[in-house]
Amino acid sequence: MEDAYAVEMLHITKKFPGIIANDDVTLRLKKGEIHALLGENGAGKSTLMSVLFGLYQPEEGIIKKDGVEVKIKDPNDANALGIGMVHQHFKLVECFSVLDNIILGAEPLKKGFLDKATAKDKILDLSKRYGLEVEPDAIVEDITVGMQQRAEILKMLYRDNEILIFDEPTAVLTPQEIKELMMIMRNLKAEGKSILFISHKLNEIMEVADRCTVLRRGKYVGTVETKDTSMEELSAMMVGRDVNFHVEKKPAHIGDAVLKVSNLTVASKRHKNDAVKNVSFEVHAGEIVCIAGIDGNGQSELVYGLTGLEPIKSGKIEFLNEDVTKRSIRHKTEKGMAHIPEDRHKYGLVLDYTLADNFILQTYYQNTYSTKFGGFMKRDAIIKNAEKIIEKYDVRSSQGPNTIVRSMSGGNQQKAIIGREIDREPELLIAVQPTRGLDIGAIEYIHSQLVKQRDEGKAVLLISLELEEVLDVSDRILVMYEGEIVGELDPHTVSEEELGLYMAGAKRNEVKA
Amino acid sequence: MKKNILKSDGVQAVIASLICVVLGVFVGYVILLIINPDGAFEAIVAVLKNFMTYSRPDSQLRYFGNTLVKTIPLILCSLSILFAYKAGLFNIGAAGQYCVGICASLYAALAWGWSWLPCLLLAVIVGGIYGSLVGLLKAYFNVNEVISGIMLNWIGLYLTNMILSAVKEEASPYTINIRTANPDALIPSLGLEQLFNNNQYITIAIPLAIIIAFIVYIILDKTRMGYEIKATGFNKDAAKYAGMAEKKNIIMTLVIAGSLAGMGAAFLYLTGFEQYIVTSSQVPSMGFNGIAAAFLGGLNPIGAIFSSFFIQHISSGGAYVDKSIYASQISDLIAAVIIYLCGFVFFMKVVMNNMIAKREANKAKTGKEGGEN
Ligand SMILES: Nc1ncnc2c1ncn2[C@@H]1O[C@H](COP(=O)(O)OP(=O)(O)OP(=O)(O)O)[C@@H](O)[C@H]1O
Ligand SMILES: [Mg+2]
Repeated sequence: MEDAYAVEMLHITKKFPGIIANDDVTLRLKKGEIHALLGENGAGKSTLMSVLFGLYQPEEGIIKKDGVEVKIKDPNDANALGIGMVHQHFKLVECFSVLDNIILGAEPLKKGFLDKATAKDKILDLSKRYGLEVEPDAIVEDITVGMQQRAEILKMLYRDNEILIFDEPTAVLTPQEIKELMMIMRNLKAEGKSILFISHKLNEIMEVADRCTVLRRGKYVGTVETKDTSMEELSAMMVGRDVNFHVEKKPAHIGDAVLKVSNLTVASKRHKNDAVKNVSFEVHAGEIVCIAGIDGNGQSELVYGLTGLEPIKSGKIEFLNEDVTKRSIRHKTEKGMAHIPEDRHKYGLVLDYTLADNFILQTYYQNTYSTKFGGFMKRDAIIKNAEKIIEKYDVRSSQGPNTIVRSMSGGNQQKAIIGREIDREPELLIAVQPTRGLDIGAIEYIHSQLVKQRDEGKAVLLISLELEEVLDVSDRILVMYEGEIVGELDPHTVSEEELGLYMAGAKRNEVKA
Repeated sequence: MKKNILKSDGVQAVIASLICVVLGVFVGYVILLIINPDGAFEAIVAVLKNFMTYSRPDSQLRYFGNTLVKTIPLILCSLSILFAYKAGLFNIGAAGQYCVGICASLYAALAWGWSWLPCLLLAVIVGGIYGSLVGLLKAYFNVNEVISGIMLNWIGLYLTNMILSAVKEEASPYTINIRTANPDALIPSLGLEQLFNNNQYITIAIPLAIIIAFIVYIILDKTRMGYEIKATGFNKDAAKYAGMAEKKNIIMTLVIAGSLAGMGAAFLYLTGFEQYIVTSSQVPSMGFNGIAAAFLGGLNPIGAIFSSFFIQHISSGGAYVDKSIYASQISDLIAAVIIYLCGFVFFMKVVMNNMIAKREANKAKTGKEGGEN
């Protein structure tokens, strides 16, 4: 029945220079359903959603809303049609408050004046109703990624949108938050909203979606009912081969301490208390140590303190038997510390540089890439390096080394950072949520690369919010809770439940430094 | 896939600049019409014709030379602005750096009797030091470069007035004429003046400025320093993550920007073309016009050569407007309007891109419908 569809995107083709991002793709969203969109990194999911949201104009194809053909020239048109979107990379004004961001462009007026009080009430009401906890008056740059996302969701709900697009909403959430989001999505569905949901996590799709459309390299593969399918079938549709969900690894050969942290304290930017409180631990050669914990318990600040992106308050950091507490970022990098940052757009990439130029972000001054005399960049070497990393880490883009990184898909941006960091063969790799936003095939590959690092006698410090990843990849788990390390656990013996108790602060054991 | 040349960045930049120029001239014309419709057309033509107002080719050449002489400092100022801009810094202090450049070059030439090269170098150094103040304030005290730049512009102006008062003519506020006082301090011409009907102000400053523009282009585009500066400008957090020394880069960038502005001042004042007025109550506009020239040139050092020439051409052309019909400030007004609109290059680019996207969407539509029939 035609009219049962809320939105139909028929035979959409969208080209970018050097690539066909969507090639004759058809997607039909039923009223009141949760429809998942699945595909590898760079398959064209975000592009298709951006077409629906009016950010891109397709070369071919039409869009129908409630059976009637519509033109969506820009996001205002989309909004007028009740279509809202939470982007993969949030579009919040960093220096505005949460409240201001939510009402931006839909400011409530009372006698011609901004009526923030009413807006705040509505937001708090929505926030309570859907369990979207936010601090309306907090400034966006000070809040966690998770809260930023909740603000984005509230932005759509505030506008009473009925077709909600979620572009990889769960990539940045904690397991608990994901459960909550699933609940929220079910509630929204129950209220008759139609949802398009992009995720790389098959279990989420199986759990919450009614149907799933799969794309591969810009082409439409098929649409299936989730109740009639399995994760294996979905992954085969998506990558065209079977994917191994578990990491194979040999026992660890643990060597000398590579990183020794003693009594580290780091101030918080968000509140008066310290974010990291008197933390001590070691990471040895040949092991993957994982810091587990719920988002916002000081993991980010710990890493910023270790790498030098933020000043520390007190404590000592020893790296390869040298006290590097007061040494520069460059010194640590040269000595063999690599860092896959949590926020890839803020720290990891210069989005307006080409892929090739991003690959030499920490090494551009070395003789390999620029001449000793005069400092001329060696283009050939830079391009060759780019081609090597692109090939090895399967970084997909429209124009190879010369692609401007801003135009790349989120997952491929992440792969570019990972490739760059691992390819330097660092002695210590600090990886913060390295597989966030990657497709299952890429996750499998990155995990195997982390294990390879460890097998080659390198140290890996992994910060992850995902229990499965924590248990699967690590050799030793340190749990962080409210800025302290509250437990050291063995991934082979600990259960998911027990780990969960530590992370929630309900349990702790004494950690030997 | 066939490439739309309108989508190439370089082509777009040039077209956007041209549109701004046309728009600026048009608005200027409208303003003239409003003030006095009688002479408007002649006036705008006079502005555009500038040195071509003269009918004799040798006069034209001579006055073309004059425009060039004044274009040179503008090129250097716009280079100063765009260099800093690439690092994410808005060097509005270029005007002040230019001003202290005047001070250094003229004082060395007139009070100490130095020859041109040391005078030039001193102007470069003093400009650089002056720029470094903005950099130091920004790097160590997080003072916004625009605010400190504006303050330093005024300080620079009055310092210059004060210091150059020691070398002014007795009966006037003008500094002593270098040509009579210390001909050694004039930048040599190496015979270049013959190309311009023996215009005595033509010197090797002209080719030097063009060479400097190319050097700036190479530094920004091909070297390690350019890579670092642009990375900092695009994303200073990523630059920090990459281990680049943020403070050092800010200071170094502004030192270079300041040196360029200072050099520009020496390139003009060491030709003897102008004498400085020690009672000036305004920072020389060269540094501000440099902002327009930098944007009109698409923030490209080579583009800056052409945009500077155009802006100077308009400013000089203003002098030929019939002063019996229009008040004498009209020339500045018209030039300012045109220069102002030149700042809209980026806005123009966005508008153009939207138009292209729309047209393509339409084309795709009609193409498809045609196919179905
Ligand atoms: N604005 C753009 N300009 C040029 N190419 C683009 C642009 N946007 C996307 N692309 C290209 O189109 C392809 C599809 O990108 P898209 O972002 O839709 O992928 P995706 O399926 O969302 O991937 P991911 O899971 O990594 O987010 C990519 O190869 C990307 O490089
Ligand atoms: Mg995407």
